[in-house]
Amino acid sequence: MLSHIALLPVLLPLIGAPACAILRRPVFAWGFASSVAALAFLSAAILLKLTFEHGVIHYSLGGWAAPWGIEYRVDLLNALVLLLVSGIATTVLVASRTSVWHDIAENRRGLFYVACLLCLAGMLGIAATGDAFNLFVFLEISSLSTYALVACGRDRRALLAAFNYLVMGTIGATFILIGIGFVYMLTGTLNMTDLAQRLPGLGESRTVFAAYAFIVVGVCLKLALFPLHLWLPGAYTHAPAIVTAFLAATSTKVALYVLIRFSFSVFHLESSRLALSLEAVFITLGIVAVFAGSLVAIFADNLKRGLAWSSIAQVGYMTIGIGIGTAAGLQASLIHLFNHALMKGTLFLALAAIAIQVGGNEFSKLRGIGRRMPWSCAAFTVAGISLIGIPGTAGFVSKWYLVTAALAGEQWFLVLLIVAGSLLTAVYIWRFVEIAWLDSAPEKATGGDGEAPSVLLAATLMLALANIYFGFDTRLQVSASGGAAAALLGEAAQ
Amino acid sequence: MDVLSYFNYWAVVVLMMLGFFIVIARANLVKKLIGLNIFQTSVFILYISAGKVIGGSAPILSDDVTLYSNPLPHVLILTAIVVGIATTSVGLALVIRIHAAYGSVNQNDILKQDQQC
Repeated sequence: MLSHIALLPVLLPLIGAPACAILRRPVFAWGFASSVAALAFLSAAILLKLTFEHGVIHYSLGGWAAPWGIEYRVDLLNALVLLLVSGIATTVLVASRTSVWHDIAENRRGLFYVACLLCLAGMLGIAATGDAFNLFVFLEISSLSTYALVACGRDRRALLAAFNYLVMGTIGATFILIGIGFVYMLTGTLNMTDLAQRLPGLGESRTVFAAYAFIVVGVCLKLALFPLHLWLPGAYTHAPAIVTAFLAATSTKVALYVLIRFSFSVFHLESSRLALSLEAVFITLGIVAVFAGSLVAIFADNLKRGLAWSSIAQVGYMTIGIGIGTAAGLQASLIHLFNHALMKGTLFLALAAIAIQVGGNEFSKLRGIGRRMPWSCAAFTVAGISLIGIPGTAGFVSKWYLVTAALAGEQWFLVLLIVAGSLLTAVYIWRFVEIAWLDSAPEKATGGDGEAPSVLLAATLMLALANIYFGFDTRLQVSASGGAAAALLGEAAQ
Repeated sequence: MDVLSYFNYWAVVVLMMLGFFIVIARANLVKKLIGLNIFQTSVFILYISAGKVIGGSAPILSDDVTLYSNPLPHVLILTAIVVGIATTSVGLALVIRIHAAYGSVNQNDILKQDQQC
């Protein structure tokens, strides 16, 4: 009975989406979508607790035993990602009302929430499933709804951004499909646990490498790892503010989960001949991403675009963690995955609040905004400090673990680069602080005055407080990610 | 002989590269979608070819057949075809909206219009 709960986080939004489409009034759709996400969050929280206590939870869909049927397999890593994605989704959806009412035409609001729920179902499905092909299907469910969500933006440039995302996302997903096809031809199974047992027996087969290469390239397109990031700035900048907050905090994280799952659970990256060169690739691309992303972010004249580039930089940190290749590096990567979702969730929600009041996120419109919207800007600043990695915030914890992992590997140069990257982050966060708090407001204020709507503000502040809370009480991320990293490398060692 | 026995896979490679090239090289958004479709279809053929067992019959249970082809790749590809259709329809819907907003489906024209304003 208890194992049925592994299905709940996926099933709720998947059934909730068509049910939401029936609701005529957008307010009802908003309420319904938020409560479905909250229920998914609740079941994910129970799942995480169960996996802490009982270890891995298996669930066979329809009662078909594992290698033949589709299995949902939830261990600490899955549960952490499930909790994170559903938690962020709940916060963002509850907060979304005013921003969605501001951004989206009335006849589309109901359907907007349907797409949100579908997207959520897809991402939770990716995180819960133990079947490689099932993962591809869920990936496409979430991607397709994401394209629709991005296209909802007010600006017509959102359409082209969504189209570009569609083309690159489909190429990425098809690459993953090719990779899965190769491993299926080799092993005759699609179950990840089964694959993990059969692949090492094939030795140094070139087909295995080709399959892994296809999957990595496909996933990295979704992950927006430099230089496969081209879709991300456009999509994040022109999407509705709420969609950006939702995507930035969840979709790249899920893609990173897929990369980790395939690299360590399925293909045993660390024990194969390919490992050494691939780790170098991840570290190099990660560092280039950190610097390229941060530098563009510094010179962006639209804050939302700047933060989109900053997301590319942060993805770089996460892949550096994977590239280090030790349990500590992997753990750092997972902690940063968790913390970065909190930071970017706060930052983009604060931007959503600002966009409602001043009608945009260009720096020219933000002068003196700190005096008019002190709470939203305070939340933004806290999350920004966390992004830099100053002690007392969640960001510090992830940087600390990353630097420790690099030190343990005696990669001094890497440590230097990580710290330098943080300094670059400080530059673009400072640029906001200077304009928002230190500049005097323009004579004639554009748009409405005053603080953001209360629900949106409450959600933003809550996420900002979470940034501080998880900077002090690190038990949740550290123990979950530590256990997950040990399990990932332990599985491989057997 | 050896080369010809892999005919399906050669077709897959050729189609895949053709599709990929169209996606990258063409500025017309509809043509990009066509290229994307060819690219996806090549992967469908890859899967279906892998399911064929030489001498095997269609996977329908019968007393006088001992060797069956593998039905699983076909089922998987049915799902992937549905996904492909969904992608194409979302893409075409976007192209219609882009055409309504810009009056063009050529990427270069659209980028030029965006730079002007």
